[in-house]
Amino acid sequence: MTPSPPEPDLRLERLLRDLAPQALGAVVRRHRDFAACEDAVQEALIAAAAQWPRDGVPGNPRGWLIQVALRRMTDHVRSEIARRGREAAVAGETPAAVAPAPPELDCEPAIDADDTLLLLFMCCHPALSPASAIALTLRAVGGLTTAEIAKAFLVPEATMAQRISRAKQSIKQSRVPFRLPDAGERASRLGSVLHVLYLVFSEGYTSSSGAALQRTDLANEAIRLTRAVHGLLPGDGEVAGLLALMLLTDARRAARTGPGGELIPLDEQDRTLWDARAIAEGVVLVSAALRQGSVGEYQLQAAIAAVHDEAPRAEDTDWPQVLALYGVLKRMSDNPMVALNHAIAAAMVHGPAAGLELLAPLDADERLRGNHRLDAVRAHLLERAGDRAATVSLYRAAAEKTTSVPERNYLMMRAARLGEAT
Amino acid sequence: MKFMLMLNTERDGYTRYMSWPKEILEANVAFMIEFNKKLSAAGELVGAEGLASPQQAKLVRAGKDGKPITDGVFPESKEFLAGYWIVDVDSSERACQLAADASTAPGVGDTPLWVEVREIMSGRQDIK
Repeated sequence: MTPSPPEPDLRLERLLRDLAPQALGAVVRRHRDFAACEDAVQEALIAAAAQWPRDGVPGNPRGWLIQVALRRMTDHVRSEIARRGREAAVAGETPAAVAPAPPELDCEPAIDADDTLLLLFMCCHPALSPASAIALTLRAVGGLTTAEIAKAFLVPEATMAQRISRAKQSIKQSRVPFRLPDAGERASRLGSVLHVLYLVFSEGYTSSSGAALQRTDLANEAIRLTRAVHGLLPGDGEVAGLLALMLLTDARRAARTGPGGELIPLDEQDRTLWDARAIAEGVVLVSAALRQGSVGEYQLQAAIAAVHDEAPRAEDTDWPQVLALYGVLKRMSDNPMVALNHAIAAAMVHGPAAGLELLAPLDADERLRGNHRLDAVRAHLLERAGDRAATVSLYRAAAEKTTSVPERNYLMMRAARLGEAT
Repeated sequence: MKFMLMLNTERDGYTRYMSWPKEILEANVAFMIEFNKKLSAAGELVGAEGLASPQQAKLVRAGKDGKPITDGVFPESKEFLAGYWIVDVDSSERACQLAADASTAPGVGDTPLWVEVREIMSGRQDIK
């Protein structure tokens, strides 16, 4: 038997991840070259992960990381100068005047709490594709290694490394400054940050394929980062709303899949498995946010999740409340997924015919073309209306369209069960 | 989103490929190397493999004792997978663009080639 590997020191991992954006912020303030600084901090994190378990955590872990990263940066700057000198010599030019290597650090740079926010604005810049922004955010702000991110997204490490380096190139080319966006731009840039955090969460939460453990960590990581943003912007209702939405959704994690990874729909979940503490925290957050006024989409989605989470049994769900909230959300967003959920809520309150009527206009929506959700929702409503034949064929059509294995299995089984019962 | 881009060929496709003129073969090989490099540099390559000639392909199933029974007889019209790329991209449009790029590999006869694009099932689904 091979000995099992030692338990990973979760506290150490947590500490390193918390310190990562602070160290990076301090180094970027000094050197500006974001791409090189990010590499330097990543190397410092890897060195710490190797040394600290052996030698003990240093008295000032953040200072340690910053020192090591700055030393790496000094090496980097020196080798850049040497390279430019060689190139100039080859070209027969006199080496251009280059900045001298920065002096060794004699005092620890001031830590700015906003550094984490600055980094998030940078990594989630709209110039980046979502996949690049996610990867860069997890590495630069989340302190995850490239290997960990690659594992979580089920791609080779080399591919993820390329994605991250391209993301850094895009930042360089778009000349995003390392400072907070001005007031006019701020709301939309914060929107990009929240969207990236939401994508990280849903990647971790909705997946049950591959390395399940690592993917679960993605949901935790998204919650951790969103919590950090909420700590920095406690008055922002949408940040609070997103954090609440994640907590209220994640609270059901243990109940939403069976032992074989099969999906269990909300109304069949064992609610005793729900995480009461996460629900309580989410409810407090979203209630406070809604009281402050300026209602946004994340707050509304969180409020809907809260209504579900607060029902002791599925039949206790306050559907009129859910319907009203989806009504507000629908006026705010033209997302067809919202319209689908609105139709479900209408069916729960006014009966399946009302829901089916709301689905009809969605047939013309290009964005739902080829998507399985419309078929699945219509099947669900027709099932409630008692139209078994149509239900079975729509569940099958939905099963063929979805690209999610657990969802396909769920829809297939549902159709098979109904088909046999006829 | 992950997609598989597949290059299919007929049973004698490899034999014909082997007999292409030198310049075209060289251009084809260079194109494939460059294409893979570009995919990898874009952070989109998950994997790529070429398959050995279908001349050696076998059809296999279990006999009564569970031992493999092989059959090498394929209908003449059958298409064989010659090679594939697995890419991780932001959209199906991007996957189609990559397939279109791949289809322009230099060759003899019917070019650009057809490339089959198939989405790979994932574990994730929309949050409900």
